[in-house]
Amino acid sequence: MPGNPQPDPALAIELAGVNKWYGTFHVLKDISLTVRAGEKVVICGPSGSGKSTVVRCINRLEEHQKGIIRVDGTELTNDPQSVAAIRSEVGMVFQQFNLFPHLTVLENLTLGPIKARGMSKAEAEAKAMHYLERVHIPDQARKRPGQLSGGQQQRVAIARSLCMEPKVLLFDEPTSALDPEMISEVLDVMAELAVDGMTMVVVTHEMGFARKVADQMVFMDAGEIVEQGPPEEFFGSPRSPRCQKFLSQILQH
Amino acid sequence: MKKTLILLLPLLALAGCSSSSTWGWYVINPMTASGWVNVKFLISGMGDTILISVIAAVISIALGLVVALPGLAKSRGWRMVNRVYVELVRSIPLLPMLFWVFYGLPIIFREMGMNVPIDPFWGAIITLALSDSAFTAEIYRAGIQSIAKGQTEAAQTIGLNYLQTMRYVILPQAIRRILPPLANQFIYIVKMSAFASVIGMQELTRRANELVVSEYRPLEIYTLLILEYLVLVLIISAGVRWLERRMGSDERG
Repeated sequence: MPGNPQPDPALAIELAGVNKWYGTFHVLKDISLTVRAGEKVVICGPSGSGKSTVVRCINRLEEHQKGIIRVDGTELTNDPQSVAAIRSEVGMVFQQFNLFPHLTVLENLTLGPIKARGMSKAEAEAKAMHYLERVHIPDQARKRPGQLSGGQQQRVAIARSLCMEPKVLLFDEPTSALDPEMISEVLDVMAELAVDGMTMVVVTHEMGFARKVADQMVFMDAGEIVEQGPPEEFFGSPRSPRCQKFLSQILQH
Repeated sequence: MKKTLILLLPLLALAGCSSSSTWGWYVINPMTASGWVNVKFLISGMGDTILISVIAAVISIALGLVVALPGLAKSRGWRMVNRVYVELVRSIPLLPMLFWVFYGLPIIFREMGMNVPIDPFWGAIITLALSDSAFTAEIYRAGIQSIAKGQTEAAQTIGLNYLQTMRYVILPQAIRRILPPLANQFIYIVKMSAFASVIGMQELTRRANELVVSEYRPLEIYTLLILEYLVLVLIISAGVRWLERRMGSDERG
């Protein structure tokens, strides 16, 4: 709830009355959302609804102008220390993968642990190999991102996030840039993470994945959360006409 | 056909005149004792031309980066610092700046109670480096801005700070786009180092001037001078092409 001064330790992420404007354009309107530790939240909605912006505000890739964002009890403020503290708890997977093309897969994974965490190279590489196995591509470690398929690149990106051992993973349309035949290999990896208890916030249009994995569904339109609830209710009996219309459009095929 | 002939005309003229009295190649004929002494005298300026240019280029490459970074900042104040520097330095012609540095700067230092003598060597280097840094700053800025924003965002989400992001993610990618124009600037510095002759630096152009005064054979001596610069620039170009090839293969491999 807005204005709650005491952070609840069971809450991984807490957004209360978050507002954001681009100039005069009101992109986020009073967004309030709580994500419990271990919970999986799927955010959907038409393009331009602000769903990516919400996720990008949580680790300060975008700045919110009003309201409170807390991650693991730490409030996100303009203080660089608060930003750094929160980013160290939050991993992010991007639509365009954003792997570093000049580094090998292994170097992509070890850069953060070595430079930001001061880990030894051997330790970081062992960890990287562990997570590459977890996303099922340990044999690609010495290649460069450009030599991998889109699905493999996105799995490398997931492994790169995991190497920082975040408490929360954010996914910003992780399969939207993929060819159809590669979508399931990425979704499978994400579903495995979910089973392992990772706290996840996923912006996606993959409703099959959402049904299977989500604890909480969020539908956004025009910068506000229109509907929110457990997946059975959300898909079974959506209350708002906007959400009904969106679901009927997206589930048609 | 006609055009080709017209282009060839000067060359034909040069060749045709070589035996007539207009040309006195004896003055730099390495087969004769006195000619060889003259050639050695002219080439002896090469060391200082190269030294001045290399040191000035190194300073300019470092200074350019320092000037470029505030130009990429979010804050208007920092960007202003960059704009003022670039516009101011870029607008000053090299020769007046050389006079200002060599004759003017020591006075400022004296007024400030510091005894910093500026000899022709450092006067030339400071001037070349300053004047060139405005251009290298713009080259860096363009090169860094050409790297997709997602790269910076990915680096932030794995905990890298600003300098680490530049050092390990952005600059290694930008360098391929920065290098060719930086090489052009190095060629520019080599050529502009000729101005150092005006303040008494014993480089290529000064040597040529001195020999012209004693031998009064400007055509032959300045022709050789031009050829000396040509050789220098061709060597630099070859070096840059080699470097570009090496980096290109790096990206593919």
